[in-house]
Amino acid sequence: MTGVLLSTALLAEGVVDWRVQAALDKPAPGRFAHLAVPGFSLRRPISLCGYEDGVARLVFAVRGRGTAALADLRPGEEIELLGALGNGYDEAFSGKTLLVGGGVGLPPLLYYAKRHPETHTIAGCRTSGQVVLVNEFPSADLCTDDGSAGFRGFPHQLLEARLSAGERVDRVLACGPPPLLRAVADVCGRYGIPCFVSMEERMGCGVGACLVCACAAGGRYRRVCKDGPVFDAAEVSWEEVPV
Amino acid sequence: MNVSVAGVRLKNPLVAVSGCFGFGREYDEYFDISLLGGVCVKGLNVRGREGNPPPRIAEAPGGCLNSIGLQNPGVEAFLRDELPFLRSKDVAVIANIFGGTAEEYAEAAALIGNAADMLEVNISCPNLKAGGVNFANDPRAAAEVTEAVKKAAKIPVCVKLSPNVTDIKTIALACRDAGADALSLINTLLGMRIDTETRRPVLRMNTGGLSGSAVFPVAVRCVWQAAAATGLPVIGMGGVSGGADVVEMMMAGASAVGIGTVLFQDPAAPVRILRELREWCAAHAVSNVSELTGSVQNY
Repeated sequence: MTGVLLSTALLAEGVVDWRVQAALDKPAPGRFAHLAVPGFSLRRPISLCGYEDGVARLVFAVRGRGTAALADLRPGEEIELLGALGNGYDEAFSGKTLLVGGGVGLPPLLYYAKRHPETHTIAGCRTSGQVVLVNEFPSADLCTDDGSAGFRGFPHQLLEARLSAGERVDRVLACGPPPLLRAVADVCGRYGIPCFVSMEERMGCGVGACLVCACAAGGRYRRVCKDGPVFDAAEVSWEEVPV
Repeated sequence: MNVSVAGVRLKNPLVAVSGCFGFGREYDEYFDISLLGGVCVKGLNVRGREGNPPPRIAEAPGGCLNSIGLQNPGVEAFLRDELPFLRSKDVAVIANIFGGTAEEYAEAAALIGNAADMLEVNISCPNLKAGGVNFANDPRAAAEVTEAVKKAAKIPVCVKLSPNVTDIKTIALACRDAGADALSLINTLLGMRIDTETRRPVLRMNTGGLSGSAVFPVAVRCVWQAAAATGLPVIGMGGVSGGADVVEMMMAGASAVGIGTVLFQDPAAPVRILRELREWCAAHAVSNVSELTGSVQNY
């Protein structure tokens, strides 16, 4: 479908915040839009950061030439996109959920937190200059790798501190770089808490046909675009996930 | 719009190529796949395969590189879980098969029996009995596989050729002489990308197969050479992204034309391509699309 870029902003160096008018099918936290990039062959999957009144919010980091070309688009330009695609976070869960995310893993968690404002979030960013979205969460602890803002350390360390202090958590939803997800999954595993992670992988068709975006989970390669991007962390073979 | 490939009737020349289209279910959410002439399913072997570790894809100018590693559930799971859906559609089913030995190819062909309309034999696979040299790169090995599949097959056999050879005519003739009913080409071109920041190959397997519009001229040339050399019906594929490309591929010698990587840009691309093909035919007073096949006026 064709969407229209309504506005763009820079949240930090290389982190772009878009509003895109597009009639997405069943938008939900953890689902993504698959964006065509002018001049490139492959689409880029971007997790939804929000969706309201026909307008999607997409927050993404410029990582290579494709995302740089996206970041060059200006308000008023048309965007060809598919979505929403994939399996997002289970929103019917009734227990106590804790969100744990890092950097550009925060957008889908913000979407979830705004729809479930009772949920607390542990948000990590590399350094104070890279802190994005954190002040928009209803309730969040911030940590930075270098201690320049919030707690010094990594989100999984804050998670473990809370759990070891006896806080009751019924499940953790996580999104962020693979090393963080693996560390969060490890903490959750040790405390016996179900953990669901949103995985990222280089993607082809985005609809489940081409088998490009493989994630080793449950003893076989599964499709990030169709079976995921949200997987049960206990099923993911972390040693096979590219870092 | 109907065409015929080795006795298999297609209601139009468009065929979804193996690998890009899965088993058809996913794309049926974007367009009615009965619109296609044929669907060539994801490559199958007898036991199934897990495939390669990711990353499995890399951007390239005018296309992409992939190294999926032939992930598939195996022939029996295909027949049980996937074929019934395809059979509920008005579309010819082409079963793409591969193996590590000629015997494995034959076993896959025998298991499929006449459940599909045609076999497409992917010979761009390492020959496990010959130090891993691709069957597609050696006329004798290509012929050996073709002959083994022909003996086991109950349906027409189309052999899929690799462009990564010195002389595609030699391989094409070897397959024809071993009994191939048709040829399909091209498979992907071997390529590589390197992330210059990390000095690492983008693909986990280092190299992969290039597809997309970048390979289209190579595909036209290979189809032209193979069709002229063998006289066999050819399914032409490689970088086709519009109706004019279909016409060009047919003029080069193709009886039917594969649609693949363009689906990554537009999942409903076949709808547009078929419309463009119809419009081209109408504008050029071509009433029977098959008259385009091999109609190039060579210098």
